[in-house]
Amino acid sequence: MKEYLETYKGNILEVTFGKEDKTITLGGENTLSFHSFEGKLPHPPLIALEVWDSPPETWPEHLRARFGDVVFSPVAWAKKCLEVYRADLICLYLTSAGTEDVDVPALASRVKELSDALPVPLIVYGVGEKDADTRALKEIAGACAGDAVLLGPVVKENYEEIGRAALEYGHRVIAQSPLDINLAKELNIKLSKFFPKERIVIDPLSSALGYGMEYSFSVMERIKQVAVIYTDNMMKMPMIANVGRDCWKTKEARENAQQGILWEAITTLTLFLAGTNLAVMSSPDSMQLVRKMITQLS
Amino acid sequence: MPLKPSDIQKKLPDGGKRNCKECGFPTCLAFAMKLVSGGVSLEKCPHLDPEVKEWIIDAITPPIKLVSVGTGERMLTVGEEEVVHRHEKTFLRPPGLAVLISDIETDQAINAKLKRLDEYEFTWVTFKLRADLAVLKFESGSKERYLSVVAGVAREKRPMVLMCEELGTLFAARDLVADQKPLLYPLTNANLEEALPGLKKKVVPVAVRGQNLEEVVAVTTKLRAAGVSEIMIDTSPQNLKEALRDYTLIRRAALTHTFRPLGYPIISFLPLKAEDAAQEALLAAVLVIKYASVIVLSDLHEETLFPLLVHRLSIYTDPRVPLAVEEKVYEIGAPNEVSPVVLTTNFALTYFAVASGVEASKIPGYLGVKGTDGLCVLAAWSTGKFAGETIGPFIKNSGLEGKLKKKRLIIPGLAARIKGEIEDELPGWEVIVGPKEAEELPAFMPKLFAKWKEAEGGTCG
Repeated sequence: MKEYLETYKGNILEVTFGKEDKTITLGGENTLSFHSFEGKLPHPPLIALEVWDSPPETWPEHLRARFGDVVFSPVAWAKKCLEVYRADLICLYLTSAGTEDVDVPALASRVKELSDALPVPLIVYGVGEKDADTRALKEIAGACAGDAVLLGPVVKENYEEIGRAALEYGHRVIAQSPLDINLAKELNIKLSKFFPKERIVIDPLSSALGYGMEYSFSVMERIKQVAVIYTDNMMKMPMIANVGRDCWKTKEARENAQQGILWEAITTLTLFLAGTNLAVMSSPDSMQLVRKMITQLS
Repeated sequence: MPLKPSDIQKKLPDGGKRNCKECGFPTCLAFAMKLVSGGVSLEKCPHLDPEVKEWIIDAITPPIKLVSVGTGERMLTVGEEEVVHRHEKTFLRPPGLAVLISDIETDQAINAKLKRLDEYEFTWVTFKLRADLAVLKFESGSKERYLSVVAGVAREKRPMVLMCEELGTLFAARDLVADQKPLLYPLTNANLEEALPGLKKKVVPVAVRGQNLEEVVAVTTKLRAAGVSEIMIDTSPQNLKEALRDYTLIRRAALTHTFRPLGYPIISFLPLKAEDAAQEALLAAVLVIKYASVIVLSDLHEETLFPLLVHRLSIYTDPRVPLAVEEKVYEIGAPNEVSPVVLTTNFALTYFAVASGVEASKIPGYLGVKGTDGLCVLAAWSTGKFAGETIGPFIKNSGLEGKLKKKRLIIPGLAARIKGEIEDELPGWEVIVGPKEAEELPAFMPKLFAKWKEAEGGTCG
């Protein structure tokens, strides 16, 4: 059945982040997701568990109960994710960055403290408000100079300011655009005029099962194909999906613990099949389930 | 590649220009159009030479065979998929989810499984979601036992797969329920010769099992030559990785290379290797995306089946058509005469987000969902579907005015600029601009409500 195999001319760039003795590499494949029968996938898909810089008030009790008191300390929370739940890495959500009275320098030094405390590289996500994120991420870029943190999101309104700071202090950035392949490409083109392509990760925005996951699936699948099949240089960056955040907002995940675990796991697995290289999840139980499937698929 | 009627027309007599009308159609092109859509037999044209006939038959036959299992309302129809990747167009026929029943299970256990198959039904937007069929596995060694289980399942007209390695018992079971169109499994290289005479006696759909793609091709080719065409295939993948490879190659072979021996829907028994219900649901979730048409689960569990069914609906939703809900006024909680009315559009995702925002605010309210052809707030506003002159009559005809003492309408923050238009259309209404994001509603609504209460000296209920 060799005649039905396909080979591809394109590939996904390798993006490495983290300090020298603790780096992680994403991407590098020259085939579609899990198509090990017709290409190479040197770096398996990774899962980060999320940590907030304020207690997760909006989480349902059955999710929050999996963490207990550590939610009051990002460092303790992150360590539990790594040591007890065996996450590949940690994603810090700057939940306090959007509040009016945020002390940005103090926030940045807390991020640096977390970065130093962990044996793995850090992903730092802003709140998605362009001005608040610009302020916070620029400060964090400086505070964590040399840590090669994966910072985001940068969007069309603030990519220049955050991008320049990330460049100056040696970080990687997450380029985010709203569920549209053309907008994703446009942002990559603008960003890569001054920022190395090997340091960009694409976030085409993801959404939860039942609430738009099918659109995220198609957009991600398409981006991966444009890079791998059609060799588009501006779409060759690895992708990231923020899954947990959206899943645990849904009524279906909140009303029932087991159902919630499946809700997040199915969403994540679907986006891995579509082509994401890195997923940020909330529940360690959902993560374990997805990991078993990745092992079976790899 | 989808076939164009003009491609067929060119092959008809005189290059499709004879237009003799003997087929009953005014022109050769009209006949060709009907051929492509499957509405007429090629035999209606008396002027075709056999070679051309064969070419046309091949050209108008869909690359993946349509197969139905069962009859009546619960019939499962799969196949005739048209794309490898969902974004190229859409996936068309969602895979059937099956529950495996062995005849060594107790009657009680079997009945409990069947009850779950019949009764687990979930509502999602406007859809009713449920599993589809039963797979009956012969393990007892007793033909009598197997037939009694088959008869029991047949009673409720449940579509079924007869899974039996012993041909005599398999055909006896088929004869018992042949009018309900069961799927026979497995036909293999080893049993095919022996099975063919029996198969032809009463034709029902069959499923081929091979140890790999090549073996499946050998069996489907022989079956086709023997005149059996309603076929499903199983390549016996040992794990999820092999399944993804086999099924991807099958889909490509069928659609990209029009290789007919693999142009059949896939039946997948893989989830049986899962350790628990959650893992089984995840295995099945992968197979829903990766081309399976029947997926066999060991049992049905409410908490894992529901997410799996929503997933199946999502993947088989046409990405080109927005999912919409019905235009009407929905009640959230138990609203009364002083409850607010929250307005939004009928894009399903918008509706869901706003409904759960109002629900989470713990303030009972009316949710007015204006029909906008499934467009979200911004898109609906920019195309004029969400404007004062359409919203006015919608609210007036909704009967809300008779139910409310205080007429207060909260509009989406993203549509703040139509506040004035709405006020012009709805005299007597107070129009309030709400938050831009539905997730801000739980904080926004109680504040607003407290303000009203204060203004009215606590008479607000």
